Amino acid sequence: MLIKLTGGKVYDPANGVDGEVRDIFIENGRIVSPEPNAKVDQEYPLHGRVIMAGGIDPHSHIGGGKMTIARMLLPEDHIGNEVARTELTRAGVGHAVPSTMTTGYRYAEMGYTAAFEPAMLPANARQAHMEMGDTSIIDKGAFVMLGSDDYFLRQLAGKADFSAIKDYIAWTMHAAQAIAVKVVNPGGISAFKFNQRKLDLDEKHVYYGVTPRDIIVTLARGLHELGVVHPLHIHGCNLGIPGGYETTLDTIKGAEGLPIHLTHIQFHSYGTEGDLKFSSAAAPIAEAVNANKNVSCDVGQVMFGQTCTASGDSMRQFVNTRSADPKKWVVMDIECDAGCGVVPFKYRDKSFVNALQWAIGLELFLLVNDPWRLFLTTDHPNGGPFTWYPHLIRLLMDKEFRRDRMQTINQDALKYSTLASLDREYSLYEIAIMTRAGPARSLGLVDRGHLGVGAWADITVYDDNPDREAMFTTPELLFKNGELIVRNGKIIKVVNGGTHVARPSYDPSIEKSLKGYFEDYHTIRMDNFRLSDDEIVNGGRGSLIIQPTRARAA
Amino acid sequence: MESEKSSHGANHYKNVACPFCGILCDDLEIGPSSEGLKVLKNGCVKSVAGFERKLVEPSPQVDGKDVSLDEAIAAAARLIRESRLPIFGGLATDVEGVRAIMALAEKGGGIVDHALSDAQYRNFKVLQTSGWVMTTLTEARNRADLFIIAGSDVHKLHPRFFERIVCNEASMFSDNPPKRTVVFLGEGLDQSAVKGNRIGEVLTLPVKADRIGEVLDAMRALNKGATITGDTIGGLPRAAVEDLLERCKAASYGVVVWAPPSLGFANADLTVQAVSEFVKDINLTSRFAGLALGGNEGAVSAGAVCGWQSGFPLRVSFASGKPDYDSERYAMSRMLYAKEGDLLLWLASFTPDLSPPDTDIPMILLGTPSIKPARTPKVYIPVGTPGIDHAGIMVRVDNVVSLPLRKLRQSTLPCAADVLEKIEAAL
Repeated sequence: MLIKLTGGKVYDPANGVDGEVRDIFIENGRIVSPEPNAKVDQEYPLHGRVIMAGGIDPHSHIGGGKMTIARMLLPEDHIGNEVARTELTRAGVGHAVPSTMTTGYRYAEMGYTAAFEPAMLPANARQAHMEMGDTSIIDKGAFVMLGSDDYFLRQLAGKADFSAIKDYIAWTMHAAQAIAVKVVNPGGISAFKFNQRKLDLDEKHVYYGVTPRDIIVTLARGLHELGVVHPLHIHGCNLGIPGGYETTLDTIKGAEGLPIHLTHIQFHSYGTEGDLKFSSAAAPIAEAVNANKNVSCDVGQVMFGQTCTASGDSMRQFVNTRSADPKKWVVMDIECDAGCGVVPFKYRDKSFVNALQWAIGLELFLLVNDPWRLFLTTDHPNGGPFTWYPHLIRLLMDKEFRRDRMQTINQDALKYSTLASLDREYSLYEIAIMTRAGPARSLGLVDRGHLGVGAWADITVYDDNPDREAMFTTPELLFKNGELIVRNGKIIKVVNGGTHVARPSYDPSIEKSLKGYFEDYHTIRMDNFRLSDDEIVNGGRGSLIIQPTRARAA
Repeated sequence: MESEKSSHGANHYKNVACPFCGILCDDLEIGPSSEGLKVLKNGCVKSVAGFERKLVEPSPQVDGKDVSLDEAIAAAARLIRESRLPIFGGLATDVEGVRAIMALAEKGGGIVDHALSDAQYRNFKVLQTSGWVMTTLTEARNRADLFIIAGSDVHKLHPRFFERIVCNEASMFSDNPPKRTVVFLGEGLDQSAVKGNRIGEVLTLPVKADRIGEVLDAMRALNKGATITGDTIGGLPRAAVEDLLERCKAASYGVVVWAPPSLGFANADLTVQAVSEFVKDINLTSRFAGLALGGNEGAVSAGAVCGWQSGFPLRVSFASGKPDYDSERYAMSRMLYAKEGDLLLWLASFTPDLSPPDTDIPMILLGTPSIKPARTPKVYIPVGTPGIDHAGIMVRVDNVVSLPLRKLRQSTLPCAADVLEKIEAAL
């Protein structure tokens, strides 16, 4: 069936298309260029509408044990936020930590077609994929966490051959069905288990004797040489600490030009000026990002209201438990592999610290020049639930609106930020880069995040409403793989999304060493640790989308 | 996964995961015997009973009379359709089974609860009110130098826990790991499995289970610098409690182990909370963690899947179409006692021992063959056991690791998830 979207204004930055009126044709799920006289089976007249590829969230905690801990921890998050089943959709709940099916519906209703779980522990990968499998409509993918796991740390401490380290990285990506690798508080999650309470970039882990810098450089170089498209996804040391921006600058320098992605950089951009020794260091961070083309980042914008922080960073989250609101929390040490900390949190617009966090995030958005290297995230749900995105987009596109909002927050906070002096307004083209084309390119998603011929027809159609929050809240149409899924912000068809993975090559003989290691120390056998493709496909309820990697170097 | 043909033409399996308790040991070797399956290696009393149970394949029944599977499914769908408030209970199944129950309960407008929820709620209530610091099996196995077994007969619930987690000789962190101290805080707890080179001191502090909370609260107060007078705390000599606190503070990684099913007294959640709050406080200066066990009969998988799909850990009603959560009102045991609900669907696929509660409301029983309900169910559909008759996945007791289960034999027993999906389709 040939479908024609007629006369919309197309924003397709991957192909350099900036608001041109164009027709788009869809056949068999993909965007096509039909013969001139081809019969159109269905036409959607979209004159005056804005057309973009489906949104792609490159960092959103949607699946895995810590999210289900958060869901169970917070019944009060769900009560009053229940969603009834319909003939099409399943029941669900939630505001900050929505249930799985509801998460998928809300992303689709907001015009998104993919979201990536950034903190999948190898030990918890099976559950993370089961939860993502129950996340309706959207495509998923996950970044597997390395850097506080015993096997890697003993390789590093034992000065293992670098190709063996690369084999282990690649093996783990296969075993956990991951598309990328994340490091969280490098070595720090492990150090916390040895009762270290902080681990600076050049501080040694008491047991392994390695530093976060060693870990970052090894993983970043390993991924680069393995040909994995998404660079090492780094949640750095010293998250949330005033003065932490210096660690962030050192991390950028320490990458030695290797590609790196700094995630939720807002939480890593805090200075120590002023009476409260807490200030914005967004300007030097943005300057460093602008100057270092090997660096990409996402913001992790803070939004006011109730949320729940959920992180692999057990070391830092244990400290944050002092601010838990409501006063309950979970910290876990996990499998000599990783950890997690789940701490509910309420960001208050009248709080100096929270208002400044909000301002720092916006400053970063407005000071980093290149939207291809800066992605729009709230680090869902850590800075706030993803359903804030339309509001955040308006804050970036509409300086009057931004100024109005600035009037309502703690005014002292603005003294320690440059936000009031920034007039930049994002264009629709830049928003399309930050929410589609950029994440797709960074993650190496072939045929996604753009509207060129051959791309999968993941397409969002918006009313060109000057109220950009309203516009991005309720897309008129959403197509997933060419099927109409959402009309006027309501789901009219439910499909199952796929799972993006990447599979760099490794020497299979590494399994000889791993097999014995699992038998000696673990409580699961290597063969059972590894997820099979069938588990993702699950009788047709899911599917695998294998993204290419570059050739492995050595 | 490894498998090799034996001389009898039946498969010999290695690295088999065992679904018969919450620990999900996955190092079993299973082969054929003349009677069916035989646990060849790394078995325990539960796995041997489960895997070596003889295969019987009875017919589905309606009102005690044999019928075809399709007729039984149609009858079950009719009962659910006519029910005003069905209760979907038992839920002793794998992840796919719970997924199917959730879909059916939503469509049928019913309540979901697990057979062992009363025990699980001793933990869930603490999670929902104050939280905790927890560890997992591999972490405890390699790292702990002090284990405190709090009021729980761990060996009875999990026959290989001590062998695999406490008495293991190898540790990631030393070729010559230090000996471990094991403290049994409670009366009459089986200590027989605590033996071997890794075990140093084994202490027994005989306190009644419902006074363990007092001991932990006192240790917490002492740790904060409070003065406690009186010669005994929770019935223990004060010096013994002070000594235990000093051991906790001196441990490099202490682990308190409890199993909620063992804490069978009123308000046992407050004991779990006392343990958890003590552990939190000790973590201000040194490292310590809780390790909750139990979770047999698929209880962990039921709580997890219900948690991610509905947001709530069981005891959810879909009567209004929305998930309505009330951990008291929608407790299956209370509802059956109060005669709320007009239909019980009971799912027990691991052992014939998990009989449905004796109730006079009509029942649909999806059960392991040889299950013995007190009354004849309206509909009985014998189902296979995950990990024997069909493949599956279960979530382990630490709520982190999930294990794949395998199909080990040919049988005509259907998988519960398939039956439930067909019932849902017929509604």
